[in-house]
This record gives sequence, C-alpha cells and structure tokens, in this order.
Amino acid sequence: METISHTSQAKPNYLNADYGLKSWLLTTDHKRIGILYLISISVFFVLGGFFAMLIRLELLTPAGDLVLADTYNKLFTMHGVVMIFLFLLPAIPSVFGNFLVPMMVGAKDLAFPKLNLASWYIFMIGAGFIMYSVITGGLDTGWTFYTPYSTTYSNSNVVAAALGVFITGFSSIFTGLNIIVTVHRMRAPGLTWRRLPLFIWAHYATSVIMVLGTPVLAVTIVLVALERLFHFGIFDARYGGDPLLFQHLFWFYSHPAVYIMILPAMGVISECIACFSRKRVFGYDFVAMSSIAIAVLGFLVWAHHMYVAGISTYAALIFSLLTFFVAIPSAVKVFNWTATLYKGSITFETPMLYVFAFIGLFTIGGLTGVFLAAVGIDLHVTDTYFVVAHFHYVMVGGTVTAFLAALHFWWPKMTGKMYPENFSKASALLVFIGFNLTFFPQFLLGYLGMPRRYHAYPAEFQVLNVLSTAGASILAVGFLMPMIYLAWSLQYGKDAGDNPWHAAGLEWKTSSPPPTFNFDETPTVTWEAYNYDEIDAPGGPTHNKGVEVAG
Amino acid sequence: MWEHLPLFPARASTMAGHVDALYFALVAIAAFFTFLVSALILFFAIRYRKARNPHATQIHGSTALELLWTGIPLGIVMMIFVWSAVIFFMQTRPPKGAMEVYLVGKQWMWKFQHTEGQREINELHVPAGRDVRMVMTSQDVIHSFYVPAFRIKADVLPGRYTSTWFHATTPGHYHLFCAEYCGTQHSGMIGEIVVMDPVEYDKWAASGVDGSLASAGEKSFQHYGCSMCHRADNAGRGPNLTSVFGHQVLLDDGRTITADESYIRESILNPGAKIVSGFKNIMPTFEGQLSEDEVIGLVAYIKALGNGTANLPLPVSEPNSGAYPVAPKPEGSAAKSDKTATTPEKNGAAKPAARQ
Repeated sequence: METISHTSQAKPNYLNADYGLKSWLLTTDHKRIGILYLISISVFFVLGGFFAMLIRLELLTPAGDLVLADTYNKLFTMHGVVMIFLFLLPAIPSVFGNFLVPMMVGAKDLAFPKLNLASWYIFMIGAGFIMYSVITGGLDTGWTFYTPYSTTYSNSNVVAAALGVFITGFSSIFTGLNIIVTVHRMRAPGLTWRRLPLFIWAHYATSVIMVLGTPVLAVTIVLVALERLFHFGIFDARYGGDPLLFQHLFWFYSHPAVYIMILPAMGVISECIACFSRKRVFGYDFVAMSSIAIAVLGFLVWAHHMYVAGISTYAALIFSLLTFFVAIPSAVKVFNWTATLYKGSITFETPMLYVFAFIGLFTIGGLTGVFLAAVGIDLHVTDTYFVVAHFHYVMVGGTVTAFLAALHFWWPKMTGKMYPENFSKASALLVFIGFNLTFFPQFLLGYLGMPRRYHAYPAEFQVLNVLSTAGASILAVGFLMPMIYLAWSLQYGKDAGDNPWHAAGLEWKTSSPPPTFNFDETPTVTWEAYNYDEIDAPGGPTHNKGVEVAG
Repeated sequence: MWEHLPLFPARASTMAGHVDALYFALVAIAAFFTFLVSALILFFAIRYRKARNPHATQIHGSTALELLWTGIPLGIVMMIFVWSAVIFFMQTRPPKGAMEVYLVGKQWMWKFQHTEGQREINELHVPAGRDVRMVMTSQDVIHSFYVPAFRIKADVLPGRYTSTWFHATTPGHYHLFCAEYCGTQHSGMIGEIVVMDPVEYDKWAASGVDGSLASAGEKSFQHYGCSMCHRADNAGRGPNLTSVFGHQVLLDDGRTITADESYIRESILNPGAKIVSGFKNIMPTFEGQLSEDEVIGLVAYIKALGNGTANLPLPVSEPNSGAYPVAPKPEGSAAKSDKTATTPEKNGAAKPAARQ
C-alpha cells in the first residue's frame, strides 16, 4: 500500500470530491460531518479555554479583584457548560466516532446519513441557544443547574441555556442511534463481534448510554424551564417541590455522561497502544467487556454526588458500594494496557506519548475517584477543589489527552498529510507538565478545604492557586500549538501515504484521504483485530494484503 | 507549619483523626498503584523499545492475570468501603444528649440560634469537649455547612431540616465555608467557628441573654394563637403537645412516626401532611407567615415540652395524662387502651384559631 502513497492525492477522495460551502453544509458523508464537528468543537474548546484562563487569572490573588463576583460565577458556569456539552460530550464520538466507525466496520457510511447531518445541525442550533444565553446576560447556575437556585433565584438567562442543552441532547441521541445500528447491521463480511476493534466496542457502549440517558436529562431540563417560567412546584420547596428530586434526575444522566466522555477515549487508547507496541491488545475480551460493564454500572451510581445533600444514610452506603464496583472495570483496562506493552516493540510517536500521559493521568484520576466513593472522606472533600482536580484528571488528563492522541493518530488518514513530529512532541510534553502543575495543587487545596466556585478565598490558599495558574498558562500553550501546526500541515505537511503507522484496522486499508464511499470494494475480514504479527511478518501480511473482494 | 503554604488542614474535632487515617491509607494505596503502573510503563517502554526489541511477541492474554487484577482491587475497595462506612455512621449519628444549635442559611449569611438564647451571624461559638448537633435549614437556595477543621459538611436545604454534628477538641478559630454554590456572594458566605473552653463558653452563653430559645418559642406559641387549640388539658381541637417530641406518634392513616424536628416543622407549615389519629384536618397553614427563625423557636419550645423543661401555657391539668396518641407498644396489651384514650373531646367553639 505504501507504494501507491505518492499517487493518493490525485485519487478522488472525500475532500476533493466536491468544492464549495454548499457541498459541506449539505453533505451526508460521515467523514465530512466528522470534520464539521471537529471544526465546531475546536471553536468551542478555545472559547471554554478562554473562560478557564479568566477563572485562573482571577484566582491568582485571594481577593476577588479581576472580575465582579457575578461575572466570575458566569465564567465558571460557561466554562463548564461549553466544555461539557459543546466539547467533551461530542469530542470523540461525534468527530472520530463519526469519521471512523463506518470505516472500521468496512461500511460505506453510517446507517442513517441524513440523521447524521441532522445531528450536526441540531448540535449547532443548541450551541446557538447557549451562545445566545452567553451574550444576553450569561448563565450563573453552574453547569449543574441546581434547583431552586436555577428555577427561582438566578437572574441570568437560564431558560435559553437550558433550551440549548436540551437541543444538543438530541444530536447526542442521533449519533448514538447511528452508531448502534451501524455496528449491528453494517459490519463487513467476516467482521464478527470478537474481531471488532476495541474502539468500536467503546463507542457501542457509549452510544447505549447516549440513547438511554440523554432523554432523562432532556426531561429534567424541560422541568427546570417550566418551573422557572410557570412555578410548577416540582423542584422548589416553596411550591411543594423537592430540590433533591432535581439532583437525582440530573445525576441519573450526568454521571453516566462522564462515561460518554471517557469510554470513547479508552477506545482510542486501545487502538494507539496496539499500533505503537505492534501487539494485540492484552486481554481483548476483558477490555471489551469492561466497556459494557462500565456502561451498565454507570447507571447505578448517580447518588454518589449527593452524599451530603440530605439523602438517607443507607442510600448513601448503597451508592458508595456500587461506586466502588464501577472502579474495577477501569482498573482492568489500565492493567491490560500496561500488559500490552510487555514484549512489544515500542516506538514513541506523538500519539503514543499521549497514550502514556493518558494512562498515568487517568490512573490518578481513577484512584482519586476511589477517595470520593469512600463516603467517609467524601463528606470532607466533596464540593471542594479535590473534586475539581479529580474531574479534570479524568476529563482533561483522560479525555482531552486521548482526543489529542486520536487527532494525531488519524490526522494522516483524515487529511493525507503528516503533522510535524518535533513540534507535536514538544506540545505533548507541555500539555503533560502544564496539566499536572495546574491540577495537582488542586488536590491539596481540596483537602485543605478550599470550596469550589469561590470568587475570593482566604489568603493561606494563595501559593497553591498561583502554582495552578502558572500551570494553566503552560497548558494553554500546549493546547494552542497543535492548532497552529496542524493547520500548517494541511498545506505544508508531508504526504502521509495510506498507512504511515503500518496500523491494523480497516480504516488503514483504504487510501488517505479516503474516497467518498470509503472502500472501492467492500472488504472481507478473515483476521482478528490487531493482527500485528501478520502485518510485521517478513514479507508482509499473508492473507490481508490490501482489500479482498467480497463474495 | 508554613504560614503561606499549608499542606494539611487543622484538626480540631474527634472526627478529623478518623477521616485523616482513612485518607492516609488511600493516599498510600493510590501512590502504590500509580507508581506501580508508571514504573511498569517506563520499564516496558525502555526494555521493549523497538531499537532493543525489533519484533514483538504476541500474547493474547491471561485469565489468571485478569482474575488477579480484578480480585485484588475488588478486595481492596471492599475493605475501604467497610472502613469508610464505619466512619460515615459516626459522622451521621449524633450522640444522644448533644447540645443543639439551630442554623438558618440565607443568601449570603449564616444565622445561628443557641438554645440558651444567644444569636449570632457568621460566627458560631461552641465549647470544646462537648457534642454539638446542628439543626439546619435554608431560607432560600441550597447552602452547605462546611468546617474543614472538623472534616464535616452537610447541605442546608430549604423546606426541611438537615443535621450534622461535631465534637470540637481544640479551642481556636476555624473557617466556616458555604460549600454549595448559592449565587453572587457564595464565596462571601464564610464565617468563623470559635471553639472555646467549656467554662468560658458557659459564661459567654449566659451573658446578656433575655431568655432561652424555647421561651422565645413560647411567646410565638401564644402570639400566633397556637395555645388556643393545643391545650394542656386535652380540651383543645389540636393535640396536647406535652411529651410529643422524640416520641412515637400514631397518624390517622395508621402509620407511626417519630416526632422529630422535621415533623414538627412540617406540622406547622403544612399541617395537613400528617394528621394525628383522632384529630381533624382543621389547622390553618402557617406557611409564609412565620420566619424560619420563628419556626425554630417553636420547634425548640415543643422540644422543651417533650423533655419536660417547659410547660404549655394554659391551664395545666395533669401534664402527660396520656392524651396524646401514643403508638402501640410492642407488648400490645396497652395498645388498645392507649388508642382509645387518644380521642379527645372535640367540643369547643368552632371559630378558627386567631392569628396575629
């Protein structure tokens, strides 16, 4: 395949198949929709990061002296809303899931291409409502919309933002549906479930959560809006409602939602670690099943966000027990990835550096989750910076790191170009250092007792906050660099060839960038996932050279 | 330690040591696994780098290893669960006989009422060496009562009472934070817990007070006309409230509940929610007419009636004559007579209780 790399740019592909804005805005090609999502979420990532930098700058000094208290409250709220609903949730499933799932299963497109395009439009409309709320007074409820603050007391534009979150939920559901049906119905001949890449297993588990969980969020958000507008008396005690009911409903979705954010990241890690250690993923079945276990158990742990909220002692203990259980499948994954390296033949390209960063940071994020599951400790550290640090170790150290691994790993496939390796390694290092400097001090701040969402704080917390802000500026540079050199590589990058990593997986068996319908001929799969022994065998792969003709 | 870079919070309650011990154990476990995974990755990355190991050896997996690294973490977290559950029971079960302080949270201040009658805002004086139970409610949004030095936190909700407790050990000044985001001045909703030597505390609590919290409640009880119906001679249209608090109450739907602060609060603000067996749903609601402070006074008063430190104001016949419906005792023999004795005479004028 490498032999045809110099001709691949001339080949018709999904990028040069058609030109003009209309050809993008009306496309039903899953790859183009993936690119639309990539551009959209990158913009929102920059916006959310901008809010984060203002937060960190405010916290440089104990006094609330940079912005007003109300402004600060809007900043952390908008940071959370934008990063979670407009970046983290769609980041991997809607960009890489969209782009890769059909190719990985050997299909021409997702099962419902028009639904897929609709999902992007719905996402953008929802994002439009959220942006409208930012411009017209902002939102100051925290991304968690806790009642009765959100329903009765907030003076900000809650209804517009809630509507925005409600609408983006449907784009999630559409993407989830599409992935589930595609994996069930459109696998290439010979591609049995146990031959699927672990990326597919992870996305399948994610999609199940999206389809089952998101409607609950939608209902909850509608109830908040109705309560705010018409005083229905569902959540506000003054009208006979129960504020804890909101928390139950909200976390019933929003806890599984963190698995929507982390499971696809785990899929990315499995693909990259196999490729750069030239090995089958250790314990394939266990890694696949742990994704399913996380999806199922993830629905049963929501009230661990509510230990101090006024639920009964026994309810808290049961949710604590279940939360400890959900830690196990994540641990199983970490151990299997580590074992995958054993007796591998390891190289250190940028995606692999991000994989190492992911495993280290996710391990810390996961283990500090055990602290929070322990209800006796949670009583002290919940709603402090300990939670903020834990959450960012999982969501930034985990999901964003994996997102960057994916972006570098599949960039040659998406664009046909290589990114500059030295710059990307430097930025990976900056991200790792900057991240730890930003968030590790927050664990200490949390145990010291600094509450989250504080505009001003007692002076003794300043040194750790200064460290955190310093780390955030390094992190910002690390995040901005890829945006520049990846854009640069579109024009000046070396041609990547079809499979620069010699990677397994059907997406690498077609040209880069792929043609509109992915494969010239439908592949027939006769091999296990991650058949690196065959790919690396002297004389090359024996039975899966190129693509075989179906039937 | 270092004044500008504290790395560990002060320990000022009996709970702090328990929480810290589990915390240190978890830090040790987390550090062990983080170093284990990092060391393995580093070792494999160096030992099996392509330059040294050009050809990978394919290994499909090992069920024995999978069981090992499922079983060991599972065993560890189950031990942590049990340990943390034991601490949690200590945290959520206040010892009997704890002194009580009432708290009303509002945007953005903490209001405290001591049973001795002292009132404070954003500052709470408590004695060292005694159990203190906080009975808390909010006037508006959810707040959270958080004292890092005591390692306790509990949300303060509108529309109900929640509680937490502590046993301060070391006199000094400690942070009180609101830990649940509550709006503009959330980070300004901070205060100070002043832990005092018990003797000094008693002096402080007795100084300049013109009556206990229960006596303030007694005044409200008369002012709002409660005493018209809740009479000590069992002749009122409402139950006699002597010896109610802390006892079992039989409801007209057959359920039995324990009269606690939340029950009393609900019965004042939403009297129809739980009707005492043998009485009619005729009490008007006081929702919106009483401040949370006044409700707390009434609760403290009814609580004092329950433990015999206060009496109902109107003609005191025989206190505690069994006129209040008492839940059937397990022995059962006395149950019938208890129940039959509970139906009070419903005579008296039909005019509603005067308020104002």
